[in-house]
Amino acid sequence: MMNSLLRELREKLGEHVAPVATESSAEACFQIAPGDIPSAVEYMRDRYQARVATVFAEDRTPAEGVFYNYYVFEQAGNPGYLILRAAIPAGEPRFPSIAAQLPAVNWQEREIQDWFGLEATGHPNPRRVALHDNWPDVHPLRKEFALDQALAPFAGEQHVYRPTLGEGVFQIPVGPVHAGIIEPGHFNFAVAGEPILYLQLRMFYTHKGTEKLFESLPIPRAVFLAESISGDSAFSHGTAFCQAIERAAHIEPPARAEAMRVVLLELERLYNHIADIGAIANDVGFAIANAHAGRVREMAVGLNEALTGSRLLRGMVCVGGVREDWSGAQLARLGGALDEVEREFGEMVALVKSSDSTRDRLEKTGILRPEKAEALGVVGVGGRASGVDRDVRRDHPYAAYALFPFRVPVYREGDVWHRVQVRIDEAGESFGIVRRAAAGLPGGPHCAPHQPIPADRCALSAVEGWRGEIVHWVRTGRGNRLERCKVKDPSINNWPALVEAVEGNIIADFPVINKSFNLSYSGTDR
Amino acid sequence: MFKILQKTLSTGIATNPYPQTAALVSEQFRGRPAFDFPAWQDARPAAEACPTGAIAVRDSGLTREVAIDYGLCVFCGECARVSYAGGVRMTREFELATRSREGLRITAQYELYADGTHKQLISTDEAGAVTAVTAEMLGREVERTVRQALGRSLAIREVDAGSCNGCELEIVALNNPVHDIERFGIHFVASPRHADMLLVTGPVTRNMEMALRKTYDATPHPKVVVAVGACGISGGIFGSSYASIGAVDRVIPVDVYIPGCPPRPEALLHGILLAVYRLARA
Ligand code: SF4
Repeated sequence: MMNSLLRELREKLGEHVAPVATESSAEACFQIAPGDIPSAVEYMRDRYQARVATVFAEDRTPAEGVFYNYYVFEQAGNPGYLILRAAIPAGEPRFPSIAAQLPAVNWQEREIQDWFGLEATGHPNPRRVALHDNWPDVHPLRKEFALDQALAPFAGEQHVYRPTLGEGVFQIPVGPVHAGIIEPGHFNFAVAGEPILYLQLRMFYTHKGTEKLFESLPIPRAVFLAESISGDSAFSHGTAFCQAIERAAHIEPPARAEAMRVVLLELERLYNHIADIGAIANDVGFAIANAHAGRVREMAVGLNEALTGSRLLRGMVCVGGVREDWSGAQLARLGGALDEVEREFGEMVALVKSSDSTRDRLEKTGILRPEKAEALGVVGVGGRASGVDRDVRRDHPYAAYALFPFRVPVYREGDVWHRVQVRIDEAGESFGIVRRAAAGLPGGPHCAPHQPIPADRCALSAVEGWRGEIVHWVRTGRGNRLERCKVKDPSINNWPALVEAVEGNIIADFPVINKSFNLSYSGTDR
Repeated sequence: MFKILQKTLSTGIATNPYPQTAALVSEQFRGRPAFDFPAWQDARPAAEACPTGAIAVRDSGLTREVAIDYGLCVFCGECARVSYAGGVRMTREFELATRSREGLRITAQYELYADGTHKQLISTDEAGAVTAVTAEMLGREVERTVRQALGRSLAIREVDAGSCNGCELEIVALNNPVHDIERFGIHFVASPRHADMLLVTGPVTRNMEMALRKTYDATPHPKVVVAVGACGISGGIFGSSYASIGAVDRVIPVDVYIPGCPPRPEALLHGILLAVYRLARA
């Protein structure tokens, strides 16, 4: 397959297309020229229906005199990933944008502009995204930029929103500090009376320099940073990171660790889905359902704590497996608590479904059409409620998922109710997966011992977090550290979907539509 | 409607009466790491393993100062795991909130052998290691105090100044029926203008600094500020960098610090009750 693809790409783009060695057989990498990017992406899409999972850059100027842009593709029915790498000379810091054809990469290309100072030529909206407009002209992910470089103090807001014109049309700015207990971001609504004409988003208020910080920490400590990318996905991001390191260094976690990771990844999905279903019901006034959800979620996070020492599953995953093994007593607790959570969850769902007024408010609200979802490259819960039949667990199996087949719920209605329904179905599957994985937990060690991680190895890893596809890519460095760690949270794919879904809805429904996607600001902003 | 009633009645009371009774903390919960200074033979492995620098070792000749900062601790358990010969163990203690940043720091001085292991303990300064006020003590009086100080209620405005959202999840949990913070007359409000308390998570990012200042200025006097979690107290694993200012108290004055990563809801409640006392005296 890969040889034939190389031949095809050479026919299409020229003989300069060259294979790049990878550490894992699940990844193929080819080097192309920057000018090839649009036609290569188009070819992969038309010929293979391949989707761009993420686009990112790397500064290799000190070592190789170039920047690299990476385009990561995945394709239905193929568990591997294809990476196209374009070498961008330091003296010509630009690359052709593909955002006009592929809105899914709009923000990611602009991140490259902001963080690396590489211009995405032809980008439909080349304004800053990751560094706010008031930032000085710096490119923090360049190697010459120091993590703790002092910048001139913040000089006030300078962002200009698209003006709202027309009689009776208003602009409603909201945030970054919101009314509820949620993360900061800015929403600028253009409304005509109650209906929303369009929504402009501004994120990156919680930009913490995470990808830069990864380049300074020893790998064992960096695991804790990965857990802090998005607090509700600590285990998923931690696992995605550890898997990338394991693949780079050819470390094989033992079977027991792989099954334990599956249990914990599914428990993460469960506690979040439970809380979200309650919160969505709450946003349309069904407070009692939310009270039950809060109670059931407490049971679930109590179980998390009994299994990992942390209610939010922190401090458990590590390179090579998991930090602590489970005793018989812990496994017994898992079985009992899971039954209880499942029973209570079932009653809570029945309660939500029995409320006609709740369903009435959620059905046909915040519709994201399947064509749009596909075009925008929407992932995870938001995608599956709009016909996007993708799930990393099934399509690119990792940990022990291949051993536990499960059903991936897909709907085409694309409204808030079906984003609830996807969560209900997925939680149902999760109970089954956890039970099977725990019942058949293999014996043996829970962690593979390993040497310090060798330098200059690259690897990709993807995890289906409860919200959707998480991707980590690493290049290891000397001294058990990293040269680069790219983090792609599913939220970055899905914000444009929110913008699409709210159009034409009344502004009072914005909170529930937003909650039905429940994207991570911190995961977006890093 | 009948179904809702039936479910409500069959569920009964879900609220955990903490602080009137002990919190329901599992065996495995990782709370405060405790240091047995006389028995600790070498602080270096723990300092090396600690992801946030909460344990720092400074040697000069044959003496060593070990500085421990619970304000940086993310309660990962690595220090205990790598201290094979003992000296560090994880406890289940979570009532760690203090009224001063200093109260979260302890230091120990050692005389060393040539190989860098501890020969003997010279001195310790643990003034702040134990919170003087437990929530149990506060709990009995808190209702009366809140009523006296604030006319029956305390209004909190939560500000996420850059967190990973972990702290927010646990703050939201304060409102669920299990933790039910409203039973103390404490509730979360939508605007700083209605708030008596700001509950701030961090690290404060460069992009949130201005918003945090404005929120503080919009909050009427008297007000208290509570910094939540390792990142809010110290910047945590993010520290300070081009994008992160770090500790909340580098931007606005802080009255109470609640360690944790994130602090469990009972730890938040303990810290909030502590802050109410502070406000009552103001
Ligand atoms: S438990 Fe706290 S002090 Fe110990 S290693 Fe972890 S962060 Fe450091």
